[in-house]
Amino acid sequence: MPVVPLRHRGRWIFAALLTLLFAGLLTSMVTNPRFQWPVVYRYLFDSAILDGLAMTIWLTVAAMAIGVVLGTVVALMRISKNPVLGAVASGYLWAFRGTPLLVQLIFWYNLSALYPKITLGFPFGPSLGSFDANTYITVYVAALLGLGLNEGAYMSEIVRSGLNSVPPGQREAAEALGMPGHRVMTRIILPQAMRVIIPPTGNQLIGMLKTTSLVSVIAMQELLYSAQLIYTVNFQTIPLLIVASIWYLVLTTVLSIGQHFLERHFGKSDRRANAAGAGGEDEEKDELAPMGNS
Amino acid sequence: MRSSHPSPAGAFAVVARGVEKYFGHLQVLKGVNLTVEYGKVCCILGPSGSGKSTFLRCMNHLERLDKGFLEVGGELVGYREQGGKLYEMKKSEVARQRADIGMVFQNFNLFPHMTVLQNIIEAPVYVRRIDRKQAVEHAMDLLSKVGLTAKADAYPRTLSGGQQQRVAIARALAMKPKLMLFDEPTSALDPELVGEVLNVMRGLAAEGMTMVVVTHELGFAREVCDKVVFMDGGVVVEEGSPDELFNNTRTARAKAFLGKVL
Repeated sequence: MPVVPLRHRGRWIFAALLTLLFAGLLTSMVTNPRFQWPVVYRYLFDSAILDGLAMTIWLTVAAMAIGVVLGTVVALMRISKNPVLGAVASGYLWAFRGTPLLVQLIFWYNLSALYPKITLGFPFGPSLGSFDANTYITVYVAALLGLGLNEGAYMSEIVRSGLNSVPPGQREAAEALGMPGHRVMTRIILPQAMRVIIPPTGNQLIGMLKTTSLVSVIAMQELLYSAQLIYTVNFQTIPLLIVASIWYLVLTTVLSIGQHFLERHFGKSDRRANAAGAGGEDEEKDELAPMGNS
Repeated sequence: MRSSHPSPAGAFAVVARGVEKYFGHLQVLKGVNLTVEYGKVCCILGPSGSGKSTFLRCMNHLERLDKGFLEVGGELVGYREQGGKLYEMKKSEVARQRADIGMVFQNFNLFPHMTVLQNIIEAPVYVRRIDRKQAVEHAMDLLSKVGLTAKADAYPRTLSGGQQQRVAIARALAMKPKLMLFDEPTSALDPELVGEVLNVMRGLAAEGMTMVVVTHELGFAREVCDKVVFMDGGVVVEEGSPDELFNNTRTARAKAFLGKVL
């Protein structure tokens, strides 16, 4: 007997409605002259915009690098058995997750007002040298400090959850083989933790790309601020925001694709499992042939 | 080897005297005594919670002792004696000791991100600093011994439980240990896979490997072991040859346990 599947009329209706809505939106964007598409096109490859884009990419990469390294260190401090290390790490996390990034950025920018001279040395002891905060804490350093330190706090939680996801038996097995502690971490624990760490880190990276726009408040010339500088002169606010958005979208698309491949790489032990399971195991060579003594 | 213990331990792979262990306020080992001679197989039986696994884990310092004396291969495990006290060793020193003691776990604990071959050569190459090519050759020998040469490049997840456990045994053997510890090696396996793992262990025993096996496989204990130890409530209740323990059980507790299991 022929089988007639259930007709999903509701699906068709909703699909049609949404298509209509989307088409309307698209035509309005194309036909509305106030979107100023020629202006968008003119500024898309403007040298000021491209410089801002380069700065955004550099800031994202540098701040994320600081965040990942710092986050790993803080995560290791938090799981360490040394209570002082643990407390310091928790305090850092508490302060940097508990205050807005915008506040932190402005704070670093104004650090020289708080400490005109920064001295490295021991409390009440000898000094190792000092430097002038105004010269060294530039906009650039303030932006990197703000973004990197904030990211480190979030990354430490991601790294910690990754480390915790590795079953304790893995550490025991490695230790039982006589592997020293650092090698257990780098060869056994971290590679397995990566599978848990990578996806949220990809999200953080994409988030960071857009968060760098916050440093426009301390007059750092990244992508958004470059666009702002242009539209404060020519008043083409919307077209220039569209220019910036297009570049943000391009970058996030590239990052998403990269993330996909990275996840595939670190999940390879799973993937092969599925492939072998589907293909059937070649059991015939296995069955303990040399052990015929039993 | 330390020479400050000129005890009869020379011939013993394991000497334990009055080993005590607490988890918080709970005392899980209440003075365990045991000796295992080189080249012999010792099985530890007992109900769950009797402390047998904990005791085994003390033998490579995966668990700390709280009191007592535990020597493996003529060396105190994880401690150094000085002025009548035991001082815990540095992690690196413990690691060096552990390299000579093979351990097989109930849940295999293979490294899932490495192939079978990588699992086996990891410790020889990075701990023993053996040449990679040599390590691979030795690993392939061991794989043929456990009947899994065809699986050298497979990932652990693609293997059955029995195959994984055989790889785990090969991995432990790759370090050329003086003593092999087995912590319920067949308890996580489907019944039809138990035999292949026990066969590998039988082969090892026949080669003269010194083994301490915590197990519920009474058939294996009876057939392969030189010495059977029955533990309950954190102490050794009864020990002897398989014949003594199974056929002429002396204590009521061991009788009750064997009666239930057999």
